[in-house]
This record gives sequence, structure tokens and C-alpha cells, in this order.
Amino acid sequence: MSDLPKPEDLAKVKHLPPIWKGWMRTPVEIRSGIYCYGSKPANLEYVGMPNPREWSPVDEDWKLPDNWKQIFLDGLRERLEKFRSLKIFMDICVRCGACADKCHFFIGSGDPRNMPVLRAELLRSIYRKEYTTAGKILGRFAGAREMTYQVLKELWYYFFQCTECRRCSLFCPYGIDTAEITILGRELLNLLGLNTDWISAPVANCYRTGNHLGIQPHAYKDMIDFFVDDIEEITGVRLNPSFNRKGAEILFITPSGDVFADPGTYTCMGYLMLFHYLENLGLDLTWSTFASEGGNFGYFTSHEMAKRLNAKMYAEAKRLGVKWILGGECGHMWRVINQYMDTFNGPADFLEEPVSPITGTKFENAKTTKMVHITEFTADLIKQNKLKLDPSRNDNLVVTFHDSCNPARGMGLLEEPRYIIKNTCNHFYEMPDTTIREQTFCCGSGAGLNAGENMELRMRGGLPRANAVKYVHEKYGVNMMACICAIDRAALPTLMEYWVPEVGITGVHELVGNALILEGEKERKTDLRGEPLPGMEEEEEEENV
Amino acid sequence: MNFVVGILFSGIAMIILILIPWVGVGAFDLRLVFGIIVPYLALATFFVGIVLRVINWARSPVPFRIPTTAGQQWSLPWIKPNRIDNPKGTGGVVVRMIFEVLLFRSLFRNTRLEFRKGPKITYEWEKWLWLAALVFHYSFLVIFLRHFRFFLDPVPAFIHILERLDGFLQMGPLPVSGLGVPEVYITDMLLLLALLYLFLRRLYVHQTRYISLPADYFPLFLLLTLGLTGVLMRYFLRVDLTAVKELAIGLVKFHPKVPEGIGVIFYIHLFMLCTLIAYFPFSKLVHMAGIFLSPTRNLSNNSRFVRHINPWNYPVKVHTYEEYEDEFRDKMIEAGLPVEKMPEKAEEGAGAKEEEEKKE
Repeated sequence: MSDLPKPEDLAKVKHLPPIWKGWMRTPVEIRSGIYCYGSKPANLEYVGMPNPREWSPVDEDWKLPDNWKQIFLDGLRERLEKFRSLKIFMDICVRCGACADKCHFFIGSGDPRNMPVLRAELLRSIYRKEYTTAGKILGRFAGAREMTYQVLKELWYYFFQCTECRRCSLFCPYGIDTAEITILGRELLNLLGLNTDWISAPVANCYRTGNHLGIQPHAYKDMIDFFVDDIEEITGVRLNPSFNRKGAEILFITPSGDVFADPGTYTCMGYLMLFHYLENLGLDLTWSTFASEGGNFGYFTSHEMAKRLNAKMYAEAKRLGVKWILGGECGHMWRVINQYMDTFNGPADFLEEPVSPITGTKFENAKTTKMVHITEFTADLIKQNKLKLDPSRNDNLVVTFHDSCNPARGMGLLEEPRYIIKNTCNHFYEMPDTTIREQTFCCGSGAGLNAGENMELRMRGGLPRANAVKYVHEKYGVNMMACICAIDRAALPTLMEYWVPEVGITGVHELVGNALILEGEKERKTDLRGEPLPGMEEEEEEENV
Repeated sequence: MNFVVGILFSGIAMIILILIPWVGVGAFDLRLVFGIIVPYLALATFFVGIVLRVINWARSPVPFRIPTTAGQQWSLPWIKPNRIDNPKGTGGVVVRMIFEVLLFRSLFRNTRLEFRKGPKITYEWEKWLWLAALVFHYSFLVIFLRHFRFFLDPVPAFIHILERLDGFLQMGPLPVSGLGVPEVYITDMLLLLALLYLFLRRLYVHQTRYISLPADYFPLFLLLTLGLTGVLMRYFLRVDLTAVKELAIGLVKFHPKVPEGIGVIFYIHLFMLCTLIAYFPFSKLVHMAGIFLSPTRNLSNNSRFVRHINPWNYPVKVHTYEEYEDEFRDKMIEAGLPVEKMPEKAEEGAGAKEEEEKKE
């Protein structure tokens, strides 16, 4: 981190690729600050991934099996046969360039290989050499090239500079999705043991302890108990959450980041307070120390690993005998739940179609998956007037909302969080249209890139987002950005500190926790962060909400 | 490869392709080859190639439902969903696909990055690519349909109407070839302009110049040559249209014969067309068929309420709760967490657990 350039230097980005030298002839240098450390052998071994060994991406020798090329090409062939998406995306790109300046990594780095089209061409060139006649005969003239050790390193370097955010796929006239290409590209690299440790360690942890951070059951409970103490101190109300409780109606699963680090912890406190508030209204919910991870770093490894880690959710729901599952605020977690979970590990026929026990609302859109997003759940509660809220407790905040990539472009969860924010805060401003909703910009650290050693990459990738925040900060005085993603909550504070230091990061349910008026609570002097509340005197008048 | 090499390579290929029919018909009078054999071969290549290509695509399954959602999902009854950009059923998908295929909806979203000092980053209005693409494709379609007057006898009314509409812009006699010049077709001009724009844009925009392959310049050159030879024939180097029609109808009715007196320019035009359709299935031009099969566009976002099946789904090794509890049981009990087995019973249970593992 020490050699991270100053913002004003990092902001000097040239988007001018070389004129005379083509990309195939330009060798790639794996640069510090951009790449993540290689996976450690123990983490690969634990989950039975191939080729566990000590290695470093900057080493000349990556210690690959002798037949690495064959493994890679066989893997590619297998995936072409299994995924129509890959075949189509390899064949139909016309290189119109519409995607080129849509990628946050290209915008922030100017590295031409970060143009989505070129990221895909890195793999397409191999495909052409192996599978097309023109590629075999004409070689470079047909955009084809031999798979070499150098090419493999190039693929590795750039597939770990993509956050699978799908912004490019929105603008592509044929819907070519670089996320899909990156996912499958990383799958191929994983056949050779070429993961990053920032991904393989959480995967191994999650497999063993149920969550990415490796929090063991007793510690998980301790951490939540710690929040319970904090909440009691702030509100005077003692909560009593339950864990691994059989026969509960609802199982709650959230990313472990929420119990681990600020500011996610405040979001977690928000969940706890909401659940406590609803207990009297008929909520019967349990947490699980086993299904203690909403996120899925397996998804950044391979489809198979995603499925192996995701299996825990249904397995635990079945063991506990709950009726349905409620899911916390997380980005890629919800892409997996929305687009993969039922296909991976369903049918969840032992669960029931989710119905809110408080409002009776049927969540028909979760009929087979049986898993409801907490902002859907809470928005419904607010709409049905079930929550006593005092938005003025958030009056010190001027809030904007960051749509996380996956809920936006892999689900379409756009209005639910906004509805909650507008009902829990009095000051809310949107960032420019080209940077929110389906056009939202990534935090720059998704898909397993939120490590420390690649800070330059993260700050570059997050620049478009930060720049939009800066705009509303200067125009409306925005000082807080809400989000519904645990990686956002972990990554964005660093990003803000670097580019827009005056803006903080919050989860949506932290805002709920602050505004929610618990029964029998004492006069709150601080918010969940322990910072003094604004307008203390007025806050007593509970009727005014 | 830099753009000069790419353009030279495609340009030289283009010149060779023009010379082949020129020399073939002009010097060796191989009218039979270029008037009958090549067109049939090209057509056969096109149809077989496209069918094989699509079958090849369709052979790979769609294991996961991965639409790119571009609007609000269908969730709570009081939240207005975007039924087209985030379709929940087939109806929405059909409309979304119609918008994509007929209006290039996604391309219409296009913006242009403006990265100024500060940094001050904005995303500016940029619809030129969309416009040029739309103009090119529709002009091509109209020109293609207009050509049916050569293949059909009698010529259907709609083609006459199309010709009339397309030619409504009466330019009057052109100075270069004197009187009697037919009306100028707007689509002829638009097609050439759009192609020229698309070519210049490829060179002018830094990003596209860097990513362009010979396979990107070549179709542009091919289409430009096709269009230019057509325009030349129509306005300047007139050919015997009755003879052309005789040839065309002969091809359609599978009674091919090559009439006398058609100029070489026609054979060059025809050869360009043959090259285009034969090249089609093996090039990026298959995007025309591919767009219909693109999983991020042609699927509804319904996988939370309608189960999507992966045909090759297979069982995977998972870490079971039992294994988890076995590892952490003591700590769980100490923390007051419920467990399935109390420690003394865990010993007995170990055998059963091993059996379970074997099953996996």
C-alpha cells in the first residue's frame, strides 16, 4: 500500500492505446499493485482443487504440470460443449467497441486489455487457433494465436482484473457478457491451480467453518452477542437472537462480513434490531452458525465450487426444518441465489412458498427458490405500515445509493432499497443516471479482488464510482453512500478515503436500525456507530413519524 | 497487428477477389463458372454453413439462466416492474428480442467516455454508431428486397412500391451520364455512407482501431465493393438488365443459362455477393443468427419462481453439517449452541458418518 500513488497522479489516465504496435505483439508485465497473491497450497488441498503448491505470480516458473496446455485446451473444449453462452460469445463479437469505454477498469487504468472486448479476445484468440479453420491457417491475420506460457500468464492477469459486474453486457448489441467469459476463464485457470489466495482462502474457510472468514460457531455467536451488548447500551433494549434453532419459521443468512468488520457490523445490528422489533408481531427467525455465509467465493473459482458452497443454505434449512430463507444484503450472493441456486441445489421442495408472517404478503417471485431478499421483506413491512420509524435520527446524513452490480444487472433489485432509504432518511440524492441502476459502476473490488496487495487496481477500478459520488458530494453535500453489498461495505470505505474522503459507507439496514423505534427503548443519544444523534429534543415525539 | 497491416491484408484480399471474376470473365470468358457454378456453390455454402453453425450452437445447453437485467424486477405488487428490460415471462422476452433485433436497443444505450482533468468523468451522448448500424442494416434489407425484381416474374406489387418509396427523391438527370438516368435510390447512398462511416470510425476511434482485425475490415470492404459495383452498374456502366433477369430467373428455376452480352461489371458484382454469402457462416457476420441465441437477452428473469434445469447438473462433494458439528461440537456446547449429538453419543455415530461419506 505504501507505493500506492497519490490520487492526483493516479487520476492521470490516458485512454490511448499504442498506434503502431498491436496487442498480440505487446508482452504483458505482471505489475505489483495490480495482481493478487497466488493461492496457498493448504487452501487448495482442503477443497481438493488441483495442483496445490507454493507459487507466486511474479515468478518465472508457475510450477504447472507438464501437460498444462492440454489440460487448459481440454477444459476449454469441455466448457464449449457445456455452455452455449461461451460458444456464442466466442463466435459473434463484431468488435464494434461499444463496450470498450464502459468498463470501470479501462476507465480507471487506460490499459487497453481492460476493454471488455479485448479481455474476451485474449481467450477468443486461443479459441480461433484451436477451433476455426481460418485461425489455423491464417494465424494472427485471423486474430488467432498459439496458447503459450506467456499467453496463460496474460489470461491469468486479466481475468483477475475483471469484477464480473456485467456493465459491458448491458451495452453489447448481442449481450456478450464478459462476466461469463471471466467466470469460465477462471474455471480453466483453476484446473491448473491458478487461483488467487484472496479467493481460495475464503473458499476453504467457507467449506470448513461455513463462512469466508473462518469464524467458528462459538465465535460467531460471541460476535453477535457483542452487537447485542452494543445495542443495549445505545437503546436500553436487550435482544435475544437464536442460533441453529430447529423449528423456527425462517432461517436468516447474511454475508459473514456483516458480523466481522465495520461498517458491515452496523448493518448487522440493524438486522438484529429489526428482527427483535418483529418478534412481538410474530416473527420466528433463527441465525445459523453453519450456513453463516451469504456470499460465495466459490463463484469466483468455478461453477462447481459455487455449487459446493451454496449447498449449505438448503441443507441447513432442511436440517432446521424452517419454512423459508431470508437473505441479507449482499451483491454476488444474490446473483447466485437468483440465477443459480435452484438450478444448482434445488428443488427446495421441503420448504414452503415464502409468506411474510407479519404482513401476510406472499413473495411470489421467490416461489421455487424460497429465499427472499431482506430489502424486499423490509420494503413490504414499511409499505404495510408495520414499522415505527423516525427518519430524523438519520438527519445528519445526506445519503446517496450505490446499486451493487449483481443485484442490479443480475436480478433487477432497484426500487426496494430506495424505498427503504426514502422512508428512513430525509435527505436522499441520486448520482447521475449513467452511473446508477442498471448502468451502475462497480466498487472496483468485486469478484474476489478486494485484497490489500492490489490496491492500485482497486482504486483505479473504483474511480468511476468515486467520481460520481464526488459529483453529488459537491452538488448536494452527500456524506453517506448506502449500499446492499458486503463487499461494497468492505471495499468502498477505502475507495472513499482515497478519492472522496468526506463520504462514509452504510448498509441500508443500518439506516433502518437507526430510524426504527423499538418498544421500551430509552432516549437514544447516539446512532449505531456511537456518534451523537442530531435533533435529540424532537426525537421524543414518537407520534410524528 | 496494427491497423495498417490489417487494412492492407484485407485490401489485398479484396483486390484479388475483384480480379478473379474480372480476369475469369473478361479474359477467359468463364461466364458459366461465374454466372452459374459459383452462385450455386456460394448459396449451398451459405445454407449448409448457417444450419451447421446454428446446430452446433444449439447442441450446447444453457445450464443457467443468466439474463442481463436492465430494469426493475417483478417483486412486490406495488413496485412497477420493467417488463421488457427485465422480462418475467416469454411475452417480455419476445418484446425485448424484437427491440434488440429490429431497433438495436442495447446499442442505443451507448455513451462516450469523457475523461477530463481533475478528474472529471462524464458519459456523453453518442448515438452515431447506433444510427450508422441501423442505417446500414435497413438499407441493405431494402436493397436486398428490391433485387427480387430480378428473380420474380411477374414482379410483386410490394417491390414496385418499395422501389417507388426508395426512389422518391428524384435527382433528375445526372450530368455525368446524360439523360435517362433512373431515379436515385436513397438506400444506395445511405448504405455507402453508413459503410464509409463505420470504416472511418474504426480508424478514428482509438479503441476500435486497436482491437480491429482484418476480419473487421474485410466485410466492410466487401460490402463497399458490392455496393459500389451495384451503383456503377445502375448509374454509369449500364448492363443489359433483360439479360441479367434471364440469368437470375434461370438460377431460381434451376434451369440456369448464361445469356450473351452482360458486362464484366455484373460478374464482379455477383462474385462479391457470392463471396459475402459464402463467407457469412464462417465469420463474425453470424451475429445475425447468434443474437437470437444469446442467453443474456433471450431468457426471462424468472429463475426464482420457475425452476431452471441444468441438463448436466451433477452431484458434488459438500461439507455436511455432521462433519461440521463433529469438528466443533465441544466449542458449540460450551457456547450454548444446540447440537445434534451429545459428545458421548458422537462415538457411536462415527460409524454411520463414514458410511455416509462412502455414499458420496
